[in-house]
Amino acid sequence: MELSLLNAFIAVFIAIAFVGANAAYLVWWERKGAGFFQRRPGPTENGPWGLLQPPLDGIKLMTKQLLIPGGVDKAIFMVAPVLAMFPALVSFVTIPFSSSIQAHTIEVGVLLIFAFAALGSMSLLVAGWSSRNKYAMISSIRAVSQTVAYEIPLLITTITVVLIAGSLELSEIAAAQMGGIWNWYIWPFQKSAGFNIFMPISFMIMFICSVAETNRAPFDLGEAESELVAGFHTEYSSMGFGLFFMGEYANIVIGACLITILFLGGWACPFGDLGFFPFTHHVGWFLLKLYLIIFVFVWIRWTFPRTTIYGLLNLSWQYMIPLSLFNLLLTAALIKVFA
Amino acid sequence: MNQMDLIELQPDETFVLNVGPQHPATHGVLRVKMTMDGEYIYDAETVLGYIHRMHEKMAENRTYAQYMPNMGRLDYLSAMAFNHGYALVVERACGIEVPERAEYIRVLTVELNRISSHLVWLGAFVLDLGGFTPLMYCFDDREYILDLLESITGSRLTYCYFRFGGLYNDIDEPFIEGTRRFVKRMYKELKMYAKLVTGNIILMKRLRGHGIIDQNMCQRYGATGPVARGSGINYDVRRNEPYSVYPELDFDIPVDDGCDSYARYLVRMEEMVQSLRIIEQILAKLPEGPINPAKKPKIIKPPPGDYYAAVETARGNFGIRLVSDGGKNAYRLKLRSPTYSNMHLFDEACRGMLIADALAFMGSLDLVIPEMDR
Amino acid sequence: MSGYFTDLWGGAVSLLEGMWVTLKEFPKRPVTVGYPHEHLKMYRRFRGHVELIGGEDGSPNCIVCSMCERACPSNCISMTGEKPEGSKKKVLTSYILDFTTCSLCGSCVESCNFNALKFSNEYNLASTRREDFIIDLLERLAEQNKASGGGDD
Repeated sequence: MELSLLNAFIAVFIAIAFVGANAAYLVWWERKGAGFFQRRPGPTENGPWGLLQPPLDGIKLMTKQLLIPGGVDKAIFMVAPVLAMFPALVSFVTIPFSSSIQAHTIEVGVLLIFAFAALGSMSLLVAGWSSRNKYAMISSIRAVSQTVAYEIPLLITTITVVLIAGSLELSEIAAAQMGGIWNWYIWPFQKSAGFNIFMPISFMIMFICSVAETNRAPFDLGEAESELVAGFHTEYSSMGFGLFFMGEYANIVIGACLITILFLGGWACPFGDLGFFPFTHHVGWFLLKLYLIIFVFVWIRWTFPRTTIYGLLNLSWQYMIPLSLFNLLLTAALIKVFA
Repeated sequence: MNQMDLIELQPDETFVLNVGPQHPATHGVLRVKMTMDGEYIYDAETVLGYIHRMHEKMAENRTYAQYMPNMGRLDYLSAMAFNHGYALVVERACGIEVPERAEYIRVLTVELNRISSHLVWLGAFVLDLGGFTPLMYCFDDREYILDLLESITGSRLTYCYFRFGGLYNDIDEPFIEGTRRFVKRMYKELKMYAKLVTGNIILMKRLRGHGIIDQNMCQRYGATGPVARGSGINYDVRRNEPYSVYPELDFDIPVDDGCDSYARYLVRMEEMVQSLRIIEQILAKLPEGPINPAKKPKIIKPPPGDYYAAVETARGNFGIRLVSDGGKNAYRLKLRSPTYSNMHLFDEACRGMLIADALAFMGSLDLVIPEMDR
Repeated sequence: MSGYFTDLWGGAVSLLEGMWVTLKEFPKRPVTVGYPHEHLKMYRRFRGHVELIGGEDGSPNCIVCSMCERACPSNCISMTGEKPEGSKKKVLTSYILDFTTCSLCGSCVESCNFNALKFSNEYNLASTRREDFIIDLLERLAEQNKASGGGDD
């Protein structure tokens, strides 16, 4: 696709609309899902099944006063929420929803996503730092040490997949898994992975890291409400808080997209290219897998208690990093031998 | 880092973190002034008094019957047991005999109330640890108990069901049927909690070995109830200073030597099972008869003297000392509430903990602030 | 080293067990009541605020003995009565319940020896105005009489 101004404009527009709609309705789904898991109906009052809740929440947040507490570092305080939202938006440019739907093909798409994901934790740091609040400060420091601990296994696992697929471009990684459910990288004994038996473990590591990376329960140490009140966004009100909230859900979508592409074959139909079967390479498959993963995110959040910061670091440094490193080396060796 | 190392270590830079009076983890208006070294607590000081209502003084200005509703306002989660304690001390003072049926119904409702109190604790405790869903399940189960108690007492929280010598009114057949159904359901639900909460690896990692209180510390602070029993102290008022019909019932006092938050957790979970056992036994052998004594003084005027009664509430030993000068009002009424003693462990025990662990530890103490502050 | 992997395995199993518990709850029907749209039936013994009981002719059973006033721990009942000329019994002229201080203990109902007080089934007791909780029970009784009288016709 040629990058003209018009193309870029349309791409940005679609990305923002997709992210916005997803973030808003994921909040709705989170509340509804939480309700179902907890023997209650969730939001019901506004619109059928509470479907008008997200826009009304948005209006409420926008009409509220944006309070800036005395003594905060104003410029940074204002920049932080924007910084939380925009990396997710940029990352969407590289996500291929199907073989033809992709805002812009970038050869190093994976790297771009990780670069901007790291920027996301930057926003938490500056938000907590500038808030002039002890809880926010503790929270932001936690959030950063958490991100540092989880980027490493996340990256190592991604490198494993990149090694197998032989490309840093997301659409090519997905294309390498075409031809049926048995070709997805989640399964053991892939021929392209040199018959590596540990691919499901890689998938699990990837999944857990995505949960931790997006600051979600059980790893929501940054905004542990029973310990740190509201964490880094304690002092934020109005749309400042709204942007943090949206950013969190946008990051969830990015994380789920990444898992879908790296391990679940992207837009590939699970039944393979059977000719008579319609929609084999359809964006619908991608969205189905995406929302399935998001459902599991919600499910996990409403099941488990929160870990502690040392529990989380132990998990990362004792289990995730050694296992992912081991799997990377094993995969490299196996590919050398078999492929 | 070892806890003791940190206490001995004089940190160069500390800051004061004010947890409360409005903080999600303190479940009420408790304030803890924590001196922190990073995320480690160097020193803590609990500050009470935000919800002091002069309940002890009120007793001196009201007749004995008028003071009864106050007892439900101390510990709103196990109001039954507090009413029981007060009824007990006045009955002892006036020498009122309680009919057997009334005694059985008293124990039945107190034990139901104990389960509902422990359910709120379980939900709130897991909420402190960041798990939201068990709270909703607990409240669903508790709803059954509240409905049952509402059907006989007319109230859902501050029952005021006991009268001197008897009860406000008798229980009926639907209540007994409902209680039977509830007991069956609760056994199933307890199995579900064991899977969802007790066995959870995250919960275990957060509770095992954290919040250590040894026996010596319990004795120094006068901790009672599940907090003491979680440290291996086999003390329960129902067994050690029996009252009502507890001696005729067969139940165990769960004790755990773990001394940590997980031990206290297990003790409370087991206590729910034991309460269910008590309820089953009472339903099996509930005697017929009157629920109020045949003759009872019209105006309660205990002879001058010094009286004491203690009961085991959901949180521990609740003692009442009543000094009477023979008048219509008490001369002095001293309440010894369990969480007041249990709370003060916190200052000493939380030194050197991370803030996350300290708040989990606070949850395991099962604090009810209005009772502490009365 | 063996503890390393058994820890990992046991932990994973416990997490999956927990997830299975919540998943089983997912398709079940909610247990809650959609309150403003649905209402629960109150129990017969439910203790709402007190109200007067009227006799057959609709006049209150109360004989203004002030037992309830004295029994109330929070002094929230105030009543007046007068003796009409030629009558031996006192007649209630006003009965004001200050619900802001009432703790619903029911001492008043118990102290009444003349079957003149009972608990109402009112539980929607919320308002933003303090005056709404100063309840004139005599007026309330008159309204109830009117409502039941209207129903009979």
